[in-house]
Amino acid sequence: MLLASSPFQEIRLDRMSRAFGAHNALKDVSLSIRKGEFIALLGPSGCGKSTALNCIAGLLATTGGGIFIDDKRIDTLKPEDRGFGMVFQNYALFPHMTVRQNIGFGLKMRSVAKAETDKRVEEALNLVRLQGQGHKLPGQLSGGQQQRVAIARAIVIEPPLVLMDEPLSNLDAKLRLEMRAEIRRIHNQLGATTIYVTHDQDEALSLADRIVVLRDGEIRQVGAPSDLYERPDHLDVAEFMGYRNRLTGKVVSVDGARVSVSVGNATLSGTARDSLKTGDAAVIAARADDVEAGQRSEHTVEAVVETIEYRGREFVGTARTAEGLELVFHAPQTAALGSSIWLAIDPARALAFAA
Amino acid sequence: MAVSSPPVYDRLSLRQRLALRGIDGVTILVLPAVLFLLAVFVYPFIYGLILSFTPKEGGIFANYQKFFSDPFLYDTILTTLWLAVPVTVISIALALPIAFRVRLMTRQRLLTTILVLPVTLGTVLVAEGLLNYLGPQGWFSRTLMLLGMIDRPLKLTNNYWGVFSSLIITGFPFTFLLTLSYVTGIDPALEQAAATHGAKSWQRFRFVLLPLLIPGLAIAFCLSFVQAFAVFPSAVLLGAPAGPTRVISIAAYQAAFEQYDYSMASAIAMIMAAVQLAIVVAILAIRNLFYRGSTAGGKG
Repeated sequence: MLLASSPFQEIRLDRMSRAFGAHNALKDVSLSIRKGEFIALLGPSGCGKSTALNCIAGLLATTGGGIFIDDKRIDTLKPEDRGFGMVFQNYALFPHMTVRQNIGFGLKMRSVAKAETDKRVEEALNLVRLQGQGHKLPGQLSGGQQQRVAIARAIVIEPPLVLMDEPLSNLDAKLRLEMRAEIRRIHNQLGATTIYVTHDQDEALSLADRIVVLRDGEIRQVGAPSDLYERPDHLDVAEFMGYRNRLTGKVVSVDGARVSVSVGNATLSGTARDSLKTGDAAVIAARADDVEAGQRSEHTVEAVVETIEYRGREFVGTARTAEGLELVFHAPQTAALGSSIWLAIDPARALAFAA
Repeated sequence: MAVSSPPVYDRLSLRQRLALRGIDGVTILVLPAVLFLLAVFVYPFIYGLILSFTPKEGGIFANYQKFFSDPFLYDTILTTLWLAVPVTVISIALALPIAFRVRLMTRQRLLTTILVLPVTLGTVLVAEGLLNYLGPQGWFSRTLMLLGMIDRPLKLTNNYWGVFSSLIITGFPFTFLLTLSYVTGIDPALEQAAATHGAKSWQRFRFVLLPLLIPGLAIAFCLSFVQAFAVFPSAVLLGAPAGPTRVISIAAYQAAFEQYDYSMASAIAMIMAAVQLAIVVAILAIRNLFYRGSTAGGKG
């Protein structure tokens, strides 16, 4: 069994920071990762997620804070002494080595005996379903197969921590879904502690046990995928989790967690995520899934259809309000471009933030 | 029911058929280059080859027989190799670590300019400079004497070492630039991948970088070697052209312009070409034993 030997309880980032000159790419990032956890570092490009990963891998020196495995400090170690496995965005397979040699590289560097190496490489090949491909050079493999080799190379050394840097971003959409399921399957099978960097919220939601949302080098929110999806703490996290509709208005009533906000002529309601009181400026945020075209009422917003796409079970389109705000909605039937429609926002699913 | 026959199209035009074979208007543009090569390379080469087989006296192989029976002549091959091979090996051995360091620098251009400057100076200027600098009264010996490291001037000119240092100085920048381009061509992620998977710096060099560099270094070796093998001005100015640095080009020069035996000079030139070719072919054959594909770590 792979990964039997990595006796530790947690990996801890303690106020890990990285500055490039005056620019702080990473500010006081603190996080505890339990053994076996799958963590996704999620954020837009430039948020510091790759910097964080490179700091953990040791490819980039930290300029503050520490990284610990249990009580052992490791941020002072060179990358080769940390013993992690890493999967790179462009795979970074050694082009002059066969698949088998690539996978066995880490074992060779650790002077593992030949017989043991062969056995473990074979296990890893089976795990990533590349039986019979071991003799090929990476250049002879497809992108998806190359990524499997990269994953096998990272896990065969039974590292305490596997780091993945946007491993699926170079694959086409169909392969990306396949490999996503594959990564999940391998994780379930091995239970390797993993930090996975991505800018794709779907990837993070489907893979991770916990998601860490980064923005401008700081942690904005940490939580289970369902927490982030349903209860984002901040408006920017909400935006990143797909709350693309944002309507600004004034709070007209507060009833427990339920807040009503007047937006133009309509009164919209949602669950408060900030403390709001009557008269405050507030933003109602909602996903396209929760904005539906329907009958006019006092809870609907009028907008003019600008685009509409067929999505199989339903239509998804964009519409613009009289104030010039673009809304994304779904509808059971198509709507003519340029026609006026009434959009209702599901009050059970909408969120209200302080503006 | 009658099936209507598919329409018959005209045969492709001549232009289309030529284009299918990759011949089009642009092809004509290579004509001047072809003519130029024929006029200044192929014709003189064949002319020299034939000339070398029409000696002043004796059979058609008389020049070659004479060359290989006279140690004063055939020793020039060894003398030249004895200069060209160490110079090339040392240039590459120096260029490699420097290229590895320069690769990481942000102000590459300044350093590259400094290193490349000797190329623009020309061999004669470098030779003249070295004559003064390395000569018995030059700074080099005087400084060492001042420091008490030696008690009489080192003899570094008009012998092997004079030519050797001149060849290194003029040949190194070229070797360095070639090496640098190969070193920077390797995807940095490969080294990072090796490091994260436990390879120490020596192992990263030995197992990842060197194997990927071998094909490039082989080319750099061939080009630097050919350049050093043709040494002439520094062998005359800085060396001992009558003895230890009597290189093969000096033998050819003397045959042509001191004995006025152009046929013999051509034969020596042909032998010179054959030796270079043999070394280059040998190096390229060794190169073929190694991986020669892309040095990128993956697609995209």
